[in-house]
Amino acid sequence: MATRSKIDPAFLDQDGKPLFHLGEEPHHPEGSSTSLGFWIYLMSDCLIFACLFATYAVLSGSFAAGPGPRDLFDLNLVALNTAMLLFSSITYGFAMLSMEKNKVAATQGWLAITGLFGLAFLGIELYEFAHLIHEGATPQRSGFLSAFFALVGTHGLHVTFGIIWLVTLMVQVAKKGLIPASQRRLMCLSMFWHFLDVIWIGVFTFVYLMGMLR
Amino acid sequence: MSPHPASENSGIWKLIFGRLDWSSLPLHEPIVVGTFLMVALGGAVVFGLVTKYKLWGTLWNDWFTTVDHKRIGIMYMILGLIMFLRGFADAIMMRLQQAMAFNGSEGYLNAHHYDQIFTAHGVIMIFFVAMPMITGIMNYIVPLQIGARDVSFPFLNNFSFWMTTAGAIIVMMSLFVGEFARTGWLAYPPLSGIAYSPGVGVDYYIWGLQIAGIGTLLSGVNLIATIVKMRAPGMTMMKMPIFTWTSLCANVLIVAAFPVLTAVLALLSLDRYIGTAFFTNDMGGNPMMYVNLIWIWGHPEVYILILPLFGVFSEVTSTFSSKRLFGYSSMVYATIVIALLSYLVWLHHFFTMGSGASVNSFFGITTMVISIPTGAKLFNWLFTMYRGRIRYELPMMWTVAFMLTFTVGGMTGVLLAVPPADFVLHNSLFLIAHFHNVIIGGVLFGLFAAINYWWPKAFGFRLETTWGKRSFWLWVVGFWTAFMPLYVLGLMGVTRRMRVFDDPSLQIWFQIAALGAVMIAAGIACMFIQFAVSIKNRDQLRDTTGDPWDGRTLEWATSSPPPDYNFAFTPVIHDGDAWADMKKRGYQRPLTGYKAIHMPSNTATGLIIAGLSVAFSFGMIWYIWWLAGLSFAGILAVAIGHTFNYKRDFTIPQDVVERTEGERSALLATQG
Repeated sequence: MATRSKIDPAFLDQDGKPLFHLGEEPHHPEGSSTSLGFWIYLMSDCLIFACLFATYAVLSGSFAAGPGPRDLFDLNLVALNTAMLLFSSITYGFAMLSMEKNKVAATQGWLAITGLFGLAFLGIELYEFAHLIHEGATPQRSGFLSAFFALVGTHGLHVTFGIIWLVTLMVQVAKKGLIPASQRRLMCLSMFWHFLDVIWIGVFTFVYLMGMLR
Repeated sequence: MSPHPASENSGIWKLIFGRLDWSSLPLHEPIVVGTFLMVALGGAVVFGLVTKYKLWGTLWNDWFTTVDHKRIGIMYMILGLIMFLRGFADAIMMRLQQAMAFNGSEGYLNAHHYDQIFTAHGVIMIFFVAMPMITGIMNYIVPLQIGARDVSFPFLNNFSFWMTTAGAIIVMMSLFVGEFARTGWLAYPPLSGIAYSPGVGVDYYIWGLQIAGIGTLLSGVNLIATIVKMRAPGMTMMKMPIFTWTSLCANVLIVAAFPVLTAVLALLSLDRYIGTAFFTNDMGGNPMMYVNLIWIWGHPEVYILILPLFGVFSEVTSTFSSKRLFGYSSMVYATIVIALLSYLVWLHHFFTMGSGASVNSFFGITTMVISIPTGAKLFNWLFTMYRGRIRYELPMMWTVAFMLTFTVGGMTGVLLAVPPADFVLHNSLFLIAHFHNVIIGGVLFGLFAAINYWWPKAFGFRLETTWGKRSFWLWVVGFWTAFMPLYVLGLMGVTRRMRVFDDPSLQIWFQIAALGAVMIAAGIACMFIQFAVSIKNRDQLRDTTGDPWDGRTLEWATSSPPPDYNFAFTPVIHDGDAWADMKKRGYQRPLTGYKAIHMPSNTATGLIIAGLSVAFSFGMIWYIWWLAGLSFAGILAVAIGHTFNYKRDFTIPQDVVERTEGERSALLATQG
């Protein structure tokens, strides 16, 4: 780059002289960076999960003479729970398709179903946690259980915030319709929701399935 | 000193105040009480002056709620400077203590107080001095350098600033209510666990950093999006100013590193609050996992600090040598390589963990490899100066001082990267001397170069040079006097964080170091006098051109200080040194055809959420659960409420733009 670079012909006037300002001001419409910014945020969130996965990997054998995965996990329940979350991702996809067609009622309907699936997921997860704690497998019992509750619980907290956000957006869509701001926000939540699905696939695989194989 | 007040509190008191009671106030520490009185007095004076001159409205409307990246940048700098005074007060207290505590003397600080001071010094200097100041500089300069009107997310920018400030307030609160951590700046468990640190100190540490960390992370996201999306037409990646490049890399590091800090501190909180077993000695916990995780954040962190200042030095060297930067593309690649390598070296902070020869060799070698791109940068600066027409203004002086100082610090770093040597030098004062050598010689000198370089842009007048030079010489000589003795002591085996010493032959070195610290104190005083004198004589120092240094990048193309909208017309870029290129091609500033400009509007939401975060943290620290719960609900409510505000921008009318630009034309005309 040390030599003088050639000027892009788009930035020359009729006489071939370089322009320093364009006739039309370049415009950055509101929210034009939102998808990128939100994506970067998601990647940072992904790193939090990476740390929790790493922690779980390190502590997954630290039972402190307490119960291990085979004693605790009920794969049928986890399969059901996984199905709830996967279905919620599909229904969110339908909500986005309806949004593209500008159908407010259908969008709202699919969002509501998504929220219900999310709630079902949380309900089953809470049931599982209550069951574990009742059996004495508390987060305090061993390093393994601390790491398990931290990883799965953090995911659950994310789903909780996702649902609060979903309800907020449904109110906004009801009030304002599918204006660009609403669409942009639904798009961000969509990324967030599918991201949580991907994380759950990791949890399901590494924590539950691999745990049963130990 | 409150390991047990919680148990003394009973019933209703405990419900309302948690573990907070009268013994939480350090009334038995005369130094702290004196400090409190001075801070309170100072605060009252400031409050009185602001009220007397009726400045609350201005403060609120033009500063606290602003979304203008320039004003936010200045607020970051003020925060950094204020916290710098606190951090330095801690430093000089330690230097005096260590110079005194020989021959049976206990010095003047008890262990409880001294341990808080060395922890607070590290935490404050990194998180609340260096970070706010580099964020402030990036905030101010990056949008100007890329020809943008603001950052991508202006509200988020204001919010980030207030979250950083909230973190600083939480840490400052610990001085007067309760105590701060006594663990060292990274709070290694098991010492920082509830068993060995039952008081509130570590909780202040955790919540201060978590709250500030949110601000840092969001400002990282914001600046990346800004640099990627908001560049002026024609500015390809390889035509970006080098400071923008280094800022981009630093912000990528922020986004990739700070979540690790958030996660590891969250796990430590779980250990402390609900008794999990992540980092405990028993129940299958693993304290070394904390050490690994925190350094996976911590090592990139030091590059987050230094990379933007490498950019500053590049801009300064090029401008004051009146030459294009030598090896621009090698500079860019060196920056990227440093950013990548910074993730592959964390283990060199604890070679003594005992991971074995292979692992230690890997991390030793990656550490040494970093010196290659860094060395390339130094040669690029030297070749930029070679046959340049060098002007030794203050920014250039700081840059030369940096090159000499930082090189020595870098070489002692390579020494420490050799694992067998590190086994001897680990946690010794040699290490302390090394990282002060690079952080003061690199980060602080860079910030001083940046302040002297961009001050005229921000305020419309230059800093005067007499006091600036006094500050410079006192700082540089003071630094070498203060830290060279620590290298000597470290080689003799003295470890860090000691409060008293047995061997009287060591005392002379500590006394020399204390003398150095006093010289630095004088340097700091001169710097503040420099600011005061410059403000007083601002009319003589006025910069009417907007380009006082014959600059080369776009920030010098607009007026000093720039108008709210930065550029009346977005510039088109044909060359890396865009403004130098425009001047060379005989650029004429357009005088007609102004249009109305869309700008984001102010909001108090960021400030409110940050305030609630302080309340939330206070509740968590003191186990005042109702306060924590209410504040958290408040945060959620305000955040959701904010999303219902759809009127987020306004238009600067055409006639205002015309008037502003007309004033500048008149000013430029006086130049002739």
